[in-house]
Amino acid sequence: MARVVVDVIPKPEILDPQGQAIVKALPRLGFTGVKDVRQGKHFELEVDDEVDDATLAKIAESFLSNPVIEDYVVRRVES
Amino acid sequence: MKIGVITFPGTLDDVDAARAARAVGAEAVSLWHADDDLRGVDAVVVPGGFSYGDYLRAGAIARFAPVMQSVVDAARGGMPVLGICNGFQILCEAGLLPGVMLRNVGLHFVCKDQWLRVENTETAWTTRFDTGADILIPVKNIDGRYTASAETVRELEAEGRVVFRYVDGNPNGSINDIAGICSANRRVVGLMPHPEHAIDALTGPSDDGLGVFYSVLDATRSLVTA
Repeated sequence: MARVVVDVIPKPEILDPQGQAIVKALPRLGFTGVKDVRQGKHFELEVDDEVDDATLAKIAESFLSNPVIEDYVVRRVES
Repeated sequence: MKIGVITFPGTLDDVDAARAARAVGAEAVSLWHADDDLRGVDAVVVPGGFSYGDYLRAGAIARFAPVMQSVVDAARGGMPVLGICNGFQILCEAGLLPGVMLRNVGLHFVCKDQWLRVENTETAWTTRFDTGADILIPVKNIDGRYTASAETVRELEAEGRVVFRYVDGNPNGSINDIAGICSANRRVVGLMPHPEHAIDALTGPSDDGLGVFYSVLDATRSLVTA
């Protein structure tokens, strides 16, 4: 078994109002110096060893993200 | 004339969509998400709601339902398909329409009566409107901000595929005030506002939504006689 992490994040040109709400809230909470926040999704997958990188990329691209608005990164963290 | 209305887990507006179909004299046929049988319908409405709880992304899981495989095949064959709200999101995820809906600017769930301009009256769902007509129908969503690549938006505008546009204020930050679009063959239409909630003055702000359902009667009739 391997542990795979997929991070999905809005593309740079896509307006992210959730990230903006967070960055605006930080100074009110006393945290200064944070210039920008982008909010995305983090997936942790437990996969059999025979699942190859091409399959993982296909899962990330065709289902976990929407390529119109999001980029993704696939990482194997344990195997 | 049979109009199919799909029910997914989490669908909310199937009852009103069926009521709108009956209001124009069509037979409303219930279609079940887990059944790939379209039951001989002439057109399909993918109604609004929160299919599969909007998990992952709105419409992302519903597109894999057995009924949607049949809808995609039928749409490619020319069957009129209308996606309303979550149904629009599902049609985008299924690849029948380009683009995607994002969280509203301002992050609020917007629920109000909204003016729209009908810009294309040559789709299967809009022939009964006058070009440029303003109609008043409810909008109610939190993920309604239509977005697509700059190239796709240019293409939609150049080909006249923006069917409905918000007027008198954009409720969600949608690009170019786009409220609804159609496929290249003008048989598949998706929009965020809800024509099925505006079919009589007793329960809606107008009866402007009826035109959508009357139009599809003509679209399927012309198919039969063609």
